[in-house]
Amino acid sequence: MASPTLSQVELDYSGGERLTMNMGPQHPSAHGVFRAILTLEGETVVGVDAVIGYLHRCHEKLAETLTYAQYPSIASKTDYVAAMTSEFAYVLAAEEIGKIEVPRRAQYLRVITAELQRVASHLLWLGTWCMDMGGALGGGATVFLYCIRERELILDLFESLVGARLLYGFYQVGGVRYDIPAGWADACRGTITQIDQRIGEYEELLEQNPFFLARAHGVGVISRELAEDVGIAGPLLRGSGVNFDLRRAAPYSSYQDFQFNVPTEPQGDCFARYRIRMAEFRESIRIVRQALDGLPAGPISSRPGLKSVAQVRIPKGEAYARVEGPRGEVGCYLIADGSAKPYRMKWRGASFSNLAVLPHIIPGHKVADVVAIMGSVDPVFGEVDR
Amino acid sequence: MTRAQAAILIGERFGGAQVQGDAPFVVTVPVEQWQAFAQFAKDSLGCRFFSFSSAVDWKEQGLELVARVDNLDDGIAVLMKARLAPGVSSCQSLVPVYRGANWMERECYDMFGIRFEGHPDLRRILLADDWEGHPLLKSYAVDTPHPPYR
Repeated sequence: MASPTLSQVELDYSGGERLTMNMGPQHPSAHGVFRAILTLEGETVVGVDAVIGYLHRCHEKLAETLTYAQYPSIASKTDYVAAMTSEFAYVLAAEEIGKIEVPRRAQYLRVITAELQRVASHLLWLGTWCMDMGGALGGGATVFLYCIRERELILDLFESLVGARLLYGFYQVGGVRYDIPAGWADACRGTITQIDQRIGEYEELLEQNPFFLARAHGVGVISRELAEDVGIAGPLLRGSGVNFDLRRAAPYSSYQDFQFNVPTEPQGDCFARYRIRMAEFRESIRIVRQALDGLPAGPISSRPGLKSVAQVRIPKGEAYARVEGPRGEVGCYLIADGSAKPYRMKWRGASFSNLAVLPHIIPGHKVADVVAIMGSVDPVFGEVDR
Repeated sequence: MTRAQAAILIGERFGGAQVQGDAPFVVTVPVEQWQAFAQFAKDSLGCRFFSFSSAVDWKEQGLELVARVDNLDDGIAVLMKARLAPGVSSCQSLVPVYRGANWMERECYDMFGIRFEGHPDLRRILLADDWEGHPLLKSYAVDTPHPPYR
């Protein structure tokens, strides 16, 4: 009897066999430590079990042991790619309970740093996502290196403002910690003008690449119904046709003073999410320009200089403060009991809710698409695991 | 729908609920109505966006459930709450109403030990499967030893 030839083996395969494959926890496309247990039929994924928690530090317990003056600089360690955002949510919650005024100059400085942070975060997302799709972009790391080059410029700005490049501790209850140094505003204008030009270059680079388009169009579609039901937010929600942005829907920190658009795309696929973020680069840059031009004079904090870490006391009460971070609604549910430390603090991590959509959208796709979909969700595991 | 209409609807359908404020509506319902109220918020108030759910440990007064849902089109938000009796740590799951409650309730189980009846997949999510205790309970000391780690 002749041994079966290769083509016979292929023809005989009925596709009924299932294979379980571990993707992660150490996988280059995971953007951190994430394990997806994929059930495969041939090349097609039929089931996903997402395993998270590898970066868990129990921030919520930690926050109960740290004072309102101490925790903001720890909050930046939840979403370390957009450290400004989580500090922002925490101090907003404390200020809401304590009815603490924030001077207008501090509000504008918060807006400037939050928007620069969004640009930096989206740059890192674009670079790493394009690297995930590697070979299809003719060289893999090309876009990544361009993006990192631009992100460095923003980190330089943060360094000259705060002294740190990744985790800042810039926000504090009642205002911000530092005023901008001499010449910073001009340096900032120069940087954002440069980035503004280069965003167009990346768009040309990507949108004229048929491989990129083929891997992004129609892949990982999230319907509006699913998006709301799971509670995904930010570019993912707007990429599924929901016109919702907290900066517009519930303005905080003087966002009502600025002109900007809220981009939305109805398709809900990877390409829609890409388009949203590309448009958000320009809107953020627009907001930073307006805030720099209209920066009011005055104090940067309504609180006197701290003599001890327990000096900030927040009266009894509770609040849920939320900000529109680069990955969507970052919420801080805070319960104060009148002491210098919160009674309970709950993080609504945008990445946690966004990642929870994966088991709903991945089945039916090929393994290679899992990488594209996961990248398009832009999870930061510090924020997923908290 | 306006906030005034929503307030009337809540009063009509859930007379036993305590309502404070309107942005968001902070609604405390009896724990037996936890799931029914969520279904009402989704269907009648249009709060289809599931923001988060969690719990608070009020020590000897028992645990409190908290969940927030939003109507993104009309700007209506509901922060729903329910008190569990002291010593009780089980309640209805919201997963049949909102798929987003799946991971949130797993986290809540992980951190508070609350058993959500009707949850399809209730197991730890952030901590290891062999972890002992539920860290966000006030009775759990921050320095609880965990061999072999510390």
